[in-house]
Amino acid sequence: MRGMGEYQLEVNGDTQPVSAPDHWTLLEVLRYRLGLTGSKQGCDKGDCGACTVLVDGKPVLACLTLARASEGRAITTIEGLMPAHLRAGGTGADPLQQAFDRCGALQCGFCQPGMILSARALLDRCPQPSREDMRDALSGNLCRCTGYTQIFEAIESAVAEKLQLQPKLRSWEAQRAAKESTR
Amino acid sequence: MSARDLHGPGAPWGPHEPGSKANVDFKVVGRAHAKVDGLAKATGAAVYADDIVLPGMLHAKTLRSPHAHAKIRRIDVSKARALKGVHAVITGDAMPMKYGVIPWTPDENALAVDKVRFIGDPVAAVAAIDEDTANAALKLIEVEYELLHAFFDPHESLVRAEPAIHEGRKEGNISKSVQLEFGAVETALAGADVVVEDDYFFHGSTHAPIEPHCAVATYSPEGVLTLWSATQITHYVHRALARVLELPAHRIRVIQPCLGGAFGGKSDPFSLEFCVAKLAMLTGRAVKMLWTREEVFYAHRGRHPMYLHYRSGATKDGKLTGVDAKILIDGGSYSSFGLVTTYYSGQLLTGPYHFPTYRFDSTRVFTNKPPCGPKRGHGSVQPRFAFEVQLDQLAEKLALDPIEIRRRNFQGDFTRTVNGQRVTSNGFLQCLDEVERASGWKARRGKLGPGRGLGVAGSMYISGTNYPVYPNDMPQAGVQLKVDRSGLVTVFTGGNDIGQGSNSMCAYIVAEELGIPLERIRVVAADTDLCPVDLGAYSSRVTFMVGNATIDACRKLREKLVAAVAEKWQCAPSRVRLIEGLVIDLDDTSRSLTSVEAFHLAETKFDTLGSTGSYNTPKLGGDYRGGTIGASPAYSFTAHVVDASVDTETGRITVHDVWIAHDCGRALNPMIVAGQMEGSAYMGLAEALYEEHDVNRFGLHRGPSLLDYRLPTSLDTPEFRALIVESIDPEGPYGAKEAGEGPLHPCLPALSNAIYDAVGIRLKHLPFTPAKVLAALRAKQESAPLAAQGGKR
Ligand code: FES
Ligand code: FES
Repeated sequence: MRGMGEYQLEVNGDTQPVSAPDHWTLLEVLRYRLGLTGSKQGCDKGDCGACTVLVDGKPVLACLTLARASEGRAITTIEGLMPAHLRAGGTGADPLQQAFDRCGALQCGFCQPGMILSARALLDRCPQPSREDMRDALSGNLCRCTGYTQIFEAIESAVAEKLQLQPKLRSWEAQRAAKESTR
Repeated sequence: MSARDLHGPGAPWGPHEPGSKANVDFKVVGRAHAKVDGLAKATGAAVYADDIVLPGMLHAKTLRSPHAHAKIRRIDVSKARALKGVHAVITGDAMPMKYGVIPWTPDENALAVDKVRFIGDPVAAVAAIDEDTANAALKLIEVEYELLHAFFDPHESLVRAEPAIHEGRKEGNISKSVQLEFGAVETALAGADVVVEDDYFFHGSTHAPIEPHCAVATYSPEGVLTLWSATQITHYVHRALARVLELPAHRIRVIQPCLGGAFGGKSDPFSLEFCVAKLAMLTGRAVKMLWTREEVFYAHRGRHPMYLHYRSGATKDGKLTGVDAKILIDGGSYSSFGLVTTYYSGQLLTGPYHFPTYRFDSTRVFTNKPPCGPKRGHGSVQPRFAFEVQLDQLAEKLALDPIEIRRRNFQGDFTRTVNGQRVTSNGFLQCLDEVERASGWKARRGKLGPGRGLGVAGSMYISGTNYPVYPNDMPQAGVQLKVDRSGLVTVFTGGNDIGQGSNSMCAYIVAEELGIPLERIRVVAADTDLCPVDLGAYSSRVTFMVGNATIDACRKLREKLVAAVAEKWQCAPSRVRLIEGLVIDLDDTSRSLTSVEAFHLAETKFDTLGSTGSYNTPKLGGDYRGGTIGASPAYSFTAHVVDASVDTETGRITVHDVWIAHDCGRALNPMIVAGQMEGSAYMGLAEALYEEHDVNRFGLHRGPSLLDYRLPTSLDTPEFRALIVESIDPEGPYGAKEAGEGPLHPCLPALSNAIYDAVGIRLKHLPFTPAKVLAALRAKQESAPLAAQGGKR
């Protein structure tokens, strides 16, 4: 049997003791030791991005990261966003989470914890990304349901809300508007 | 169908009868509301199968066959059983009863009995204290195989019966064969002004939901088995468990937790569901099995590869005279839904165009590959691809605009297809108009510069079918409502929300009907102990059928609420209106109640408050064997225009834009409809350009990982423009039809047609890899002197 490790991880602002086999990944420890099942496992080999978490603010694939290697670093999982937003005086979920909800970007939702964290990291470094910036930043997060369009729209909606911009009409809204104007 | 199943396409409230088309004032329907489970998914709170952790839970793993076709001579599990931490090991003899999702073709075992039929076929299962121990135990299982000749080419299976992949069948290695002819096709083709005859090939592809299959089971001291499974059809899993475990069905409870994508890939009952159930019964412990991504590829049930031969004739002015199809279907190693696939490959082509005559001859054969099954657009995406390319070939011969030839052949609404299917609402012409307008077809086509072009294609698809998989006359969908004194209404539905938003759809309908805010509605779904039976999420049936059942339940409840309030107010019931959490008197605005007060009045007057509703299809279909397969209460229609270019140096195709116009009847939530359209088009493009599910010459999967299988990333995916067409169907819930599968179909042929427009090569064999593009470009150049006479760019 391989060895067991005892160590501490800082997850969503709290330092937590962990006892797990040495070969366990960060994803396994988060899901099966700490009960933080929001981070998903879609492939366990670095292909899908469903396991994305933020380590010191940067997106990292938890299925390819040994848990021990994250000692002493600040880990943020999807469960951490809403409490952080509340602590900062906000209401409800993180504005980005709310935008994903509002814009229909969540179909099965399985890719979305990873997707939202990648998008969060993008917005933190680039407050008004173009579609090309989004395509780039999310290219490690596969979504099988949406075709990505509504994910981009959600990010744009969050940006528009924050910067008080007029959100772009979606294709079916523009179609409706055109119909109504000819009526 | 009885009157109770017809609710009319209009709003429930208004000056006319509930549902009357003249009532146009919807409060909830037609708007872009968020989903009932959106925030739970966005915050990580939603619970998927693998998120379930139970005290003392064991972890199970499967041993799989390394051979494509072999007899099992001997299995010895004694060493595995003896390993510390192992609680149980089972093999095929633990569950010898065969099953299959179609009751006429039970040919699967939970674990292989006597033989294996593809690389990856499950042979044994182990439950242990953790996954590492279970994996170690698998290595200790000894299996002795006797190899058999393996079939990888469906053409061989067609003519060679021995060795039989499934013994004891008189059809040898043929899984299903259907020949149907409607009208005199040969005469019609002989009389045509032009005939195009060609071969097409549609490769295999798989669903690849991001969530792998997972199941958890417990067995209570009272003898009740509970299974949580990532399934899209709880009811069929329930039935299959009873059969295979030889338990009475009332001692089994099946629950679908939040589901991480399915697309048809979680429709069959799967080995892991039986294994965790059996292991839980044997060990007295909770047992979980989570498949690896590699195992999901073996489980497959994806799109059937098809070899398609089509002959179509048309008159000088482009009217079709007859269509003749011959299709060979590679079914892989088991029947799965294959009987239906075989029918669908022919039955679902007879719209949106009028076919005066039609014939198809479809044969599905077994091969020693992962079993095929239903993938989004089950059985009909492949023939649609072939036919829509052929229609373009006809247009070219006749020098007709590709959109124009489609218009000229439009079948109309409220009509009957050549194979006897009833068509109700049909917005296909508007779909063509929309994509023509939005893509700038007239202004831009032919002027996009070298190597870039536009292509169009159309399609139709079912909104559920009246064929209920196992014969019965009970409703296909049932819904229950429970009213709490707090004002909360709980909807119980057996429908499976697989991310398409069916739970939200139920909530929107209840909010509309009872005039209460969405936040006062909760939906409990897909739990066989709590919810009435529904046949599950397949054949795009849920919105149509569960939606209608929900309206039915609401109307019954509404009647009681209105009666109780009318009695208190001593007024005619027609004056009482439920709206936005209130009950108002239309003629006396000075009085109103809250809906909570109305609930209390109704509970006082009648009894504990609740209601049930159901839906069943009308009698549909052609009057011949198989005539009900593919018969739907309503069909959806789609048109796509694809804008694509080809790099003639590298053979790489770039898709710039996809315009998708889809007739979904009425968009109950346009945002969700658009999401289904975009997701469908994405999946179609993915299989057109990148994905391929195939085995090598030993039968080993060519790349059972998401990377090798090449799921498109955000960088590979073009812009999608969803354009919604609402034909308002007379029988759909508020006039709605399906939106989840139809919009996939035209994507692939529209792309092929765009490439023809761009560089003059006809891509008829999927997927369109750079190598195939380059070969076609070379072939075109070599025959250039000939082609020059055709005058094509
Ligand atoms: S689970 Fe980590 S990338 Fe797929
Ligand atoms: S929402 Fe299902 S995979 Fe992205």
